[in-house]
Amino acid sequence: MKKYFSDLVTGAKSLVAGFIVTFKALLSPVVTVQYPREKLPVGKGYRGHPILILEDDTGRPKCIACGSCMRLCPSQCITVQGEKKEGDKRKYPTVFQVDFTRCSLCGTCSEVCPVAALEYSDVYGLAGFTREEFQYDLLADLPGLVETGFKPVSAD
Amino acid sequence: MDILSNIPPHLFRMIIAVAVVLGFVFANATVMGYLERKLAGRFQRRLGPMEVGWHGILQMPVDGIKLIAKQLIVPDNVAGILFYVAPLIAMSPVALPFLVIPFAPGLQVIDLDVGAIFVLTMISFNTVAVFLAGWSSNNNYAMIGAMRAVAQNIAYEIPILLSVLAIGLMTNTFSMKGIIEAQKSIWFIIVQPAAFIMMFICSIAETNRAPFDLPEAESELTAGFHTEYSGIAFSLFMIAEYTYMFVNCCLVATLFLGGWKGIPLPFGDYSSCIWFFAKVYFLMFVIVWCRWTFPRVRFDQLMNFAWKYLIPFSLVNLLITAILVKLL
Ligand code: SF4
Ligand code: SF4
Repeated sequence: MKKYFSDLVTGAKSLVAGFIVTFKALLSPVVTVQYPREKLPVGKGYRGHPILILEDDTGRPKCIACGSCMRLCPSQCITVQGEKKEGDKRKYPTVFQVDFTRCSLCGTCSEVCPVAALEYSDVYGLAGFTREEFQYDLLADLPGLVETGFKPVSAD
Repeated sequence: MDILSNIPPHLFRMIIAVAVVLGFVFANATVMGYLERKLAGRFQRRLGPMEVGWHGILQMPVDGIKLIAKQLIVPDNVAGILFYVAPLIAMSPVALPFLVIPFAPGLQVIDLDVGAIFVLTMISFNTVAVFLAGWSSNNNYAMIGAMRAVAQNIAYEIPILLSVLAIGLMTNTFSMKGIIEAQKSIWFIIVQPAAFIMMFICSIAETNRAPFDLPEAESELTAGFHTEYSGIAFSLFMIAEYTYMFVNCCLVATLFLGGWKGIPLPFGDYSSCIWFFAKVYFLMFVIVWCRWTFPRVRFDQLMNFAWKYLIPFSLVNLLITAILVKLL
């Protein structure tokens, strides 16, 4: 009999406590963002698709077309070709393609690059209707970069 | 009633009354649907619908159009006509309680001697609809939902009636107007707090709202009794649910919160319906608040609560009321 009434009292107390919790939530500010219109900044370690880092002064890729990334990529999705043109001090890439459908964002390519010329963008939500849309030519404009105003920064 | 009686032909008045009531039923469902989703959002610290119209204000009309436009899928081997009749049974009696609800001294169609009982009777029609829907759907989930609805409604009808009876003992009448008049000096929520709380809890259970929404418990029974209903049939159930919620709150407001009584207003015979609606929508807000606060109870907990707590307590309450009424 004692339990019967103590159950009632604890039950009633917990109900009131629950009401207070939700009422406080009702009065506190909203914590979600209206996604397509508002976006949260992307966290620091985020990996979007690979991008080439440009030289600050010349604006040309830092990449020396050594081919290390191409050889070490476990998914074999990088294609690099380069040549030393007349008047240039070094080789520059002429072809730099990433098959993003196969890239596992493992990080190997940017790690092995001797001149730190590869980084990852902060573009997310990449979507497309065909596979071809994910054959990225890193020397051309990449999807999302212009829209998000992403500026490649040299890795330190 | 006075406004309406100036229009001569009787039929004309009836048509207007039906149109007004049906319009109100749909408007109430729209507003409550919107408020429910908005409040659900705010209780969970998000915004709720925001896309259609200013702050999502057109979301419910658009949803309604979507539901009307949707195909009505009828599974094989449903129990024929009953399957089609169930949503109509849920929907059609909702207009009747409006006949006796006194929105204001001048805004009541007819003052039945047994007004409160009449409202309760109409509300219980919902159980029949739920049971028919579940039984005719040829679906195990729907069937279990229907069984639960019936068991739950039987259990929770008793404390409601006992609480209403306690009020009846004090007022000597079940007429809605008479009960409000009896609260001239003091609202019955102060005299009968236990009856108020029990009746309010039971009316949540009676309308199958969370935390007592076992007949449509999504996590166990997909959608319970309306699993097999789509399109407009489904929305009829939803509209009926919101209307029963409204009617229940009207009853509680009339019995315990003094109905239209409040600060006197000019043209009080009609304008005091503002107080009535304020009280009713406040109660509806509390019901929504409950829904987003408490997790769904288990079926045994539900039954235990009704048979071990609500019914004995309402009996004791009735007994004390009877003794006090006799002595005083
Ligand atoms: S992140 Fe990994 S898989 Fe992707 S391109 Fe670089 S090395 Fe290849
Ligand atoms: S490892 Fe670096 S420098 Fe070598 S090809 Fe790849 S990106 Fe260019």
